[in-house]
Amino acid sequence: MRVMAQLAMVMNLDKCIGCHTCSVTCKQAWTNRAGTEYVWFNNVETRPGQGYPRTYQDQERWRGGWELNRRGRLRLKAGGRLKKLLTIFANPLMPSIGDYYEPWTYDYDRLFSAPATEDTPVARPRSLISGEPTKITWSANWDDNLAGGPELAPGDPVLKRVSDQVRLEFERAFMFYLPRICEHCLNPSCVASCPSGALYKRSEDGIVLVDQDRCRGWRMCVTGCPYKKVYFNHRTGKAEKCTFCFPRVEVGIPTVCSETCVGRLRYIGLVLYDADRVAEAAAVPEEKDLFEAQKSVLLDPHDPRVADAARRSGIPEDWLEAAGRSPIHKLIFTYGVALPLHPEFRTMPMVWYIPPLSPVVDVLRDTGHDGEDAGNLFGAIDALRIPVGYLAELFTAGDVEPVRAVLRRLAAMRSYMRRLNLGQEPDESIAAGVGMTGEQVEAMHRLLAVAPYGERYVIPKAHAEQGAQLEELATGCSLDYAGGPGMTGPFGEASGPPAPVAVENFHALRQRQAGDELDEADELRGRVNLLNWDGKGTPEGLFPPKRKRQDNS
Amino acid sequence: MNVLLWVVAPYIALTVFVLGHLWRYRYDKFGWTTRSSQMYESRLLRVGSPLFHFGILVVLLGHVGGLVIPKSWTEAAGVSEETYHVVAVVLGTIAGVCTLGGLAILIYRRRTVGPVFTATTRNDKLMYAVLTLVIVLGLAATVMANLVGGGYDYRATVSPWFRSIFYLRPDPALMAGAPPLFQLHALSALLLFAIWPFTRLVHMLTAPIGYLTRPYVVYRSRDDMRAGSRTPRRGWEPSR
Ligand code: SF4
Ligand code: SF4
Repeated sequence: MRVMAQLAMVMNLDKCIGCHTCSVTCKQAWTNRAGTEYVWFNNVETRPGQGYPRTYQDQERWRGGWELNRRGRLRLKAGGRLKKLLTIFANPLMPSIGDYYEPWTYDYDRLFSAPATEDTPVARPRSLISGEPTKITWSANWDDNLAGGPELAPGDPVLKRVSDQVRLEFERAFMFYLPRICEHCLNPSCVASCPSGALYKRSEDGIVLVDQDRCRGWRMCVTGCPYKKVYFNHRTGKAEKCTFCFPRVEVGIPTVCSETCVGRLRYIGLVLYDADRVAEAAAVPEEKDLFEAQKSVLLDPHDPRVADAARRSGIPEDWLEAAGRSPIHKLIFTYGVALPLHPEFRTMPMVWYIPPLSPVVDVLRDTGHDGEDAGNLFGAIDALRIPVGYLAELFTAGDVEPVRAVLRRLAAMRSYMRRLNLGQEPDESIAAGVGMTGEQVEAMHRLLAVAPYGERYVIPKAHAEQGAQLEELATGCSLDYAGGPGMTGPFGEASGPPAPVAVENFHALRQRQAGDELDEADELRGRVNLLNWDGKGTPEGLFPPKRKRQDNS
Repeated sequence: MNVLLWVVAPYIALTVFVLGHLWRYRYDKFGWTTRSSQMYESRLLRVGSPLFHFGILVVLLGHVGGLVIPKSWTEAAGVSEETYHVVAVVLGTIAGVCTLGGLAILIYRRRTVGPVFTATTRNDKLMYAVLTLVIVLGLAATVMANLVGGGYDYRATVSPWFRSIFYLRPDPALMAGAPPLFQLHALSALLLFAIWPFTRLVHMLTAPIGYLTRPYVVYRSRDDMRAGSRTPRRGWEPSR
């Protein structure tokens, strides 16, 4: 047993309101630069829908992730090593900018410079790729809220896998949002695809990163990732991906997307896993067994044998303790409500999802039933083949039973808690019906509904011995200075002397975060950087100055 | 004059090539990339790029065979001059034409596809010009020598000269007698080597051969990262 620690996330889809705040704050922090205009490390898609980039889930087309070869061994779906090297000069499976979308800006200047005429001047869209006037035909969330429904939704590769009748009903019946970031997989196919070895999984916390100095722009990782969460910066010629906001989590504060999530639906914590068993578990022959296999790789931090093995593998004591308190472990095992996204890609994704019950509740309400009655809900979960089938295609490789079980638990929690809210006697039978106790249901409700910051995010700090160096890790955040190096270097886009990148003192931020005061930290004054703005206090320049209230008494 | 062209120039080019790469590697690792433009356009690229790259790899092998391996070795192995010559000319011409064809497609693509053209720097243009020149001259030298004369045995002159440079006993006289096209080809190649480390051609030196043998998943520790007050690294350009 080789124990390793992994930072993982759970998102509770019932609470996502599709506001895109997470996407926008992430973009502000990480990808507001030339070359990454089209890049959203965090994106929120409406399901059913085509997703971003379009139809990325269709691995017959994009060939991301792993498959089993004839001998039952894992192999990259896009082909072996030799094939990769032979197609290196023109990767046949790489999405083009059109599959994402062509980023644009507007001719804002025209609004001011146009001569005075009868008509109001218009700002026309211009492509950020070619600089030419363009027509906007697609974007990262073009089919948001089922926009273009009957035409676009059938392009959803997941919908195509559910039967025809189901498809029709589904489009009428429901819709939900799916926020996505890089899964920081246990068996990352992006890492395996990189010819230069520039992508790596951090052995301390499992975060998957691209070494910008070693990336040579071979673009194989873009193909390798089945979630299409590695992006090619077309100006610097390097791959970039979600970093799990490592400068933040290293000091114990959550990622930007979690911090700013309006629905407060994200949870971050550690899981321990047995690194020796990953390959074996990812290679189980039946796709439907992958979900259980993935769970079996994760270890119980409360098991003394695991703790011993973890110590022997060099996992520090406070990390072990944090793993014991991890909300992720609770949601996957104790409450059993979190499911992985597309386990059939065999990458062992580590961002888990609590499937939404609200579509079922909506159907009940719309048909005049009581959407909080346990009996009604259970009946509906069993009867509504559509949502359950679709969710199963997303989360369990098509196996409906685990999805049903989760939805039942959520339904039971709903009716159990309603009784409490209405001041009625708690009904143990509801909890027992889904294999839980009333106490457990209440604890789960607390974690899902009202848990405070410190319970939703249990993130141990990177080790103090390394503190001094981590503190100064330059993250290259582009917001830090105005001009940027630009195309100044003699060798084109990415060359030239290093530009000064300000170093933010995240430890100070951590203190602010944990404290109750709404004061302003000196080191943040005058600069607004969403990468480390925590929502507390009002950094100068973020909001217009407050006007003094007139005293008119 | 001969000394200048065939002794001084090669050493300068060689020095610039080696030191240039070392310097670039230390100073500009972030800029060390293929700067692929496949995102913008892939239909033309899918034909042109493999054509060019595989062509040039064969050409490279041919040059290694022709320049590095002495004639006496191949003869000792039982390959007669005639056989060698025919094989070299046929293979060389095919590979050369592929390379040139691929290059033509790529240049056409650079010029006509808007986004690709915008992403082309002056540095790239210079590189393309020199590269095309070298390839055209090389192909011309081979074709002319075989069409006009009965072929030219460069392995008696050019190759020993090439090797003599590395033995540090350069012999300019060998090269002085070579046909002008061969001379021009060699000179333009020297120019290409001199600008090489400063262009995107550097990607060739990091061809990922190690991929064939390394384990699939790479783990790295946080400790591997340079510690303490390291110099800040290059940032990025803000979006427009
Ligand atoms: S989801 Fe992230 S870790 Fe997994 S394969 Fe894609 S980029 Fe790699
Ligand atoms: S910020 Fe939260 S609620 Fe809003 S879209 Fe993102 S995940 Fe959903």
